[in-house]
Amino acid sequence: MLLLTRRETEIPSSEITPKETYEAFELNRRQLMKGLGAAGVAMALTRKARAELKIDDLVATRYTAPDRATTPEQMAKSYNNFYEFGEEKSDPAKNAHTLVTYPWNVKVEGLVAKPRTFEFGELFHLQPMQQRVYRFRCVEAWSMVIPWDGFPLSELIKLVEPLPKAKFVQFLSLENRKEEILPYGIPWPYSEGLRMDEAMNPLTLLTFGSYGETLANQQGAPVRVIVPWKYGFKSPKSIVKIKFVEHMPPTTWNELAPNEYGFYSNVNPQVDHPRWSQAHERLLNAYTLFPKVVPTLMFNGYGDQVASMYAGMNLRKDF
Amino acid sequence: MTERQILIGKTVAHVLCLMPALDLVRIYRNGSLVAQADPVNFITHFTGDWALWLLLAGLAITPLRRLSQGVGWQGLNGLVRFRRMVGLYAFFYATLHLLTYVLLFSGYNVPAAFAGLEAGRLLEPWRQLQIIWPAILDDVRKRRFIQVGFAAWLILLTLAATSPRGVLQAIGGRNWQRLHRLVYLAGALACVHYWWLVKTGVRTPWKVTAVLTVLLGVRVAFGMRKRNSIPPERRKKGNREATGVLT
Repeated sequence: MLLLTRRETEIPSSEITPKETYEAFELNRRQLMKGLGAAGVAMALTRKARAELKIDDLVATRYTAPDRATTPEQMAKSYNNFYEFGEEKSDPAKNAHTLVTYPWNVKVEGLVAKPRTFEFGELFHLQPMQQRVYRFRCVEAWSMVIPWDGFPLSELIKLVEPLPKAKFVQFLSLENRKEEILPYGIPWPYSEGLRMDEAMNPLTLLTFGSYGETLANQQGAPVRVIVPWKYGFKSPKSIVKIKFVEHMPPTTWNELAPNEYGFYSNVNPQVDHPRWSQAHERLLNAYTLFPKVVPTLMFNGYGDQVASMYAGMNLRKDF
Repeated sequence: MTERQILIGKTVAHVLCLMPALDLVRIYRNGSLVAQADPVNFITHFTGDWALWLLLAGLAITPLRRLSQGVGWQGLNGLVRFRRMVGLYAFFYATLHLLTYVLLFSGYNVPAAFAGLEAGRLLEPWRQLQIIWPAILDDVRKRRFIQVGFAAWLILLTLAATSPRGVLQAIGGRNWQRLHRLVYLAGALACVHYWWLVKTGVRTPWKVTAVLTVLLGVRVAFGMRKRNSIPPERRKKGNREATGVLT
């Protein structure tokens, strides 16, 4: 893989959490197998097995957002765009309890040497879990600051060995009418995609948790991708399939409104959404009636790590 | 309805129409508004929804009355006495909606404005407005959903300003009625505002749109029936005697 090395912003050592030791996660395999074996019989058992997948300790990283206070956990878990569970931002927290996140498989297929279906536990234990505090910018001009727990998606990609022909990665989210509302008007399943270099970028995080806990259902449990330099809808939730393809894959919002949501959708204060300015954002990180409205940063402030991927591109055209 | 019933009805209607605003104050005071992730977004939708719902409620009064007459029941005739009031409340919520946009959504620094006032700098709120004014103008210039929403508000403003009885008498019932038919346009613009605001694929505005369509349809149907009921020799001159303004 080329394009892997990036210059990264130096973060003062004072900003780095001193705890350095890496840690992995405990899985009670016996419980897990029990849960798997008694499929159908015991929701309770699977629930229990699922609960054994805990984020016990996290590797601290230098990915912090020292300029902005972290969004309160409850706030981040009560205000979500997850259209599978309703169109209002308070809907997912109300409705996503019906999502069954265990057992869960992620199928990796397409132009790879080693296609493979990962049982969730396998995926979870693939790499030590890192905590990364990222700015999160929604296309609707509000933003949060969230500590995500996961590891670089590139680790998974390396494992399946993409063929040279693979130029894009497509992510498909769960589509299950029994568990989800799936409002009319949007073609399901939710589809998102990244260019190969974007998917391999060290910032792109295969995410299992936030705030040191496994993802809440409304955040896209049990596994999602976080792409911090792009608008939030580019970070798909509850992923069941990862597909390596040659051509730019269709993506949900881009298909619905190509003039509003580009394939790239990099955070860019200079390119307005047709219906609102993207120059500023309402920073949701404190309980107040008067949230700060702050200038939006190019690439959401991650330009040092990602700008080189777009060298020579017209970001107004390829927005 | 007797005068006494109307008086009681009006009191109840005032309370009902004020309840959403009072509820907003209540949840602000007990902290549950600020406990939300994005109170600004909530207030915007809340005030916009109530403006639109009350606008539709006002538009529903005449058809309801006519329909009740159609089945020989005169009991709802007094309802028309509430129409202006409901319309004014629609304007009230639309104004709150607009103020939410200007003061909370646009990046207006409310705490700084308050701090200035407390420090005796009385022009501070104005100064703060000047800071964000260019961004607001730019927004209005570029966004058609804001333009139609603003147009709807301007119509409501005009209707509110011409709502006193004195104005009615000054400009004459027929002109007044013509002018106030703009309320249908305001309703339509408000729905368009809503559709243009939501994301493609989102269909939340369909309910209000359906209600508005039915109300407009009923109005058209009544209009056609009325026309057919006028003897042909009188049609040219128009139906002058038919309209006391408040019918």
